[in-house]
Amino acid sequence: MGKIFLVGRLAARDLRHRPAQAVLLLLAITAATAVLTLGLALHGVTSQPYQQTRAATNGPDVVAQLGGPAAGLQGPGQVNPRQQVLTEVRALVHASGVIGHSGPYPVTAAVLRTRGITAQVMAEGRDPKSASLDQPALTQGGWVRDGGVVIERTFADALDVSTGDRITLNGRSFTVTGIAVTAANPPYPNLCNTGCQFDTANAQIPAGASPGLIWLTQADARSLATGPPSYVLNLKLKDPARAQAFASAGGGSNPAGITMSGLIPWQSIAAADGLLIQDEQQVLTPGAVLAGLLALASVAVLAGGRMAEHTRRIGLLKAVGGTPGLIAVVLLAENLVLALLAAGAGLAAGWLAAPLITNPGAALIGSPGAPSLTPSIVFKVVAVALVVALAATLVPAIRAARTSTVSALANAARSPRRRAALIAISARLPVPLLLGLRLVARRPRRAVLSAASIAVTVTGIVAVLAFHTTVGLRTSEAAHGLANPVAARDEQMLQVLTVVLVALAILNAVFTAWATALDAKRASALARALGSTPRQVTAGISAAQVIPALTGALLGVPLGIGLFAAANHAGIVTIPPASWLTAAVLGTLLAVAVLTSIPARIGARSPVAEILQAETA
Amino acid sequence: MTMIDGESVLRARGLRKEYGKGEALVRAVDEVSLDVAAGETVAVMGPSGCGKSTLLHLLGGLDRATGGEVWLAGQSLGRLGERALARLRRDAVGFVFQAFHLMDELTAAENVELPALLAGRSPRAARRRAAELLERIGLADRAGFLPAALSGGQRQRVAIARALVSDPLVVLADEPTGNLDSEATLEVLRLFESLHAAGQTLVIVTHDSRIAATAGRLISMRDGAFVDETRLTGGTTGNLGALAGLEG
Repeated sequence: MGKIFLVGRLAARDLRHRPAQAVLLLLAITAATAVLTLGLALHGVTSQPYQQTRAATNGPDVVAQLGGPAAGLQGPGQVNPRQQVLTEVRALVHASGVIGHSGPYPVTAAVLRTRGITAQVMAEGRDPKSASLDQPALTQGGWVRDGGVVIERTFADALDVSTGDRITLNGRSFTVTGIAVTAANPPYPNLCNTGCQFDTANAQIPAGASPGLIWLTQADARSLATGPPSYVLNLKLKDPARAQAFASAGGGSNPAGITMSGLIPWQSIAAADGLLIQDEQQVLTPGAVLAGLLALASVAVLAGGRMAEHTRRIGLLKAVGGTPGLIAVVLLAENLVLALLAAGAGLAAGWLAAPLITNPGAALIGSPGAPSLTPSIVFKVVAVALVVALAATLVPAIRAARTSTVSALANAARSPRRRAALIAISARLPVPLLLGLRLVARRPRRAVLSAASIAVTVTGIVAVLAFHTTVGLRTSEAAHGLANPVAARDEQMLQVLTVVLVALAILNAVFTAWATALDAKRASALARALGSTPRQVTAGISAAQVIPALTGALLGVPLGIGLFAAANHAGIVTIPPASWLTAAVLGTLLAVAVLTSIPARIGARSPVAEILQAETA
Repeated sequence: MTMIDGESVLRARGLRKEYGKGEALVRAVDEVSLDVAAGETVAVMGPSGCGKSTLLHLLGGLDRATGGEVWLAGQSLGRLGERALARLRRDAVGFVFQAFHLMDELTAAENVELPALLAGRSPRAARRRAAELLERIGLADRAGFLPAALSGGQRQRVAIARALVSDPLVVLADEPTGNLDSEATLEVLRLFESLHAAGQTLVIVTHDSRIAATAGRLISMRDGAFVDETRLTGGTTGNLGALAGLEG
């Protein structure tokens, strides 16, 4: 008990002596754990808005797509005979467990044009009067009428149209009478995620373009059809929870014994509605890993740097009877306590920030509120924070424990490593590079951490560039300027992540430069005594950061493209232009040089005589 | 750097270095004036904390004076910026420290050539000069050794070789034998003797009377001020070891 109290007291005292470092370390781990919390907490957050929309629209339990490609008869000229559709409808409405239905409604593909935008739509013919099942909830304007269409809200947002605007469908002019949401179809651009009832290939629409949903009168829908239309039938089940089983069984044991394949349970539609958030998760999960790695580097550099700063204190503790174990435990305890605090702060920040990014989008009504923090999420976040702190502190803690008391009391710097090849190469370089390369050679572990930190940051930046290039290309080729809400969300997420990664990288660069300046205090003073100018020494310390940063930045380019390829389930990856990649690498190096010049300048201007005299004392 | 005969290599007038303010004011160097002629060996002696090292740092441009002036090779140090001061240090001064201050990760040869590389000499020229100096100090066979593998005396000789690599006008030595045993002290004294014989200007700060006795001029210092000055006839021309009481 007494030992725990002693460790706690020593750790607390030490933390009080270095509040700035403690705060920076706290920030680094908090940023990583907040991103991780967000990634973990997003799971299933759209289920609540979907249920609200389902209730407001009296959403169906199963949607049957009849007569289209989803039923297995895809292709021009291969449409179900009307009689067969009617047989299927009769079979489904009389199937076991079905207690209500609406439809069948004719569905046809059409080409929509408005304000220079061309898009494909799924036009669903509806009665002007409200349906008992799946009556889309109007968020603006009124329901369908002859010559008037209602547009699904996400699609309307992408088209940037509102009620009263004019559009054309297959060349015929219509007025937008309303904007609505539905629980019977996934929203744009994921409408075909549960299967499309029409052939999405259209000569007028670029390949890969996502169709949107509109409602119009049945007469107008039929008039747009170039062939026999497909149909959609909404079914209400006695037990909605059995919708998936009903769909899997192909409509169950319907009296006609027909096996259906175009049956979509509401759960599949709800899942497709959550794709927007799922995409965010796909961005946040690797982002959390990157942020975690950066936090690891931050803690490692801070712990190592602090070791250099507190060698004398370690010597004093040992001289008065502190065991090597006690020294290691104190250092570990400090950082583990900070990690626990950071995990708490990260959980709170992630939980509070979640509602900002869990907006279900225009496709649904209602809001998900703050996600619940399950014990599993809390455990994972705390575990990651502790592992980061432990992994980063273990080596410096063991090193501190093993330091000789006499040399620690003399505040002797840790013996540097010798890299003969680097020393020989550096002799041929200008003075700042000579000093920089030799500083790198002295502390290879720090150089590796620095390179890794920059590699992680550039990986993130290149992944964002790859995203922009890929999405930009897809948008310009496929959507004719149509806004993509999924891409917009992803971009937003990536921007937030980039800010977090860059902020952590800045902290790392400054920490590393500070640690290097501290460690190289004697070497810098000596170089100045031997005739180096402060500017040369400053540039040398900066060069010691820029040299590993160059390696890291170059490594980050293929890693970033690889990360985007791995995270992008669409499988399409476009390599950003060489000019962008060059700018990313050079910009990063410039930023590192500028950021590290401040601690480097402070280090290079320390009084030479004082430092060299202190070594003698 | 060459020196014009008859001129002082190093000159100080009314040199002051103060720390603190008011009642806590400490005068580490108090109104010191000094002239060091080319080829002269001057020893500054005094007890620990009397300001010897501070004076040496002021003379070598490692530290700025609170008052007074120092001229090195005819240039007033007080008027030089940091860059110019660094260049002057590089070209005109060689430092020898009590703690050697060798780079632990560099071999003896690499340590010696370092100032030459910092001065922009080619790696080949720097290495050639380092080899010459190591030969001169009798450590040619230790050129590839790291400092940790050298004895204290050998380390200090390497440090002296490093101080000489840029052919400085003056070598400033701060307690050069302070960390050495008798045998190593003798090695260093012999080296200083050969430097003096070769016309190298030396200013040695020490609290060891045996070292001070080897100089041509001995200045005693107390509480930051010069209190006595003696010209030694034996100087560095005699048998150093015998004079210093290190050998029979």
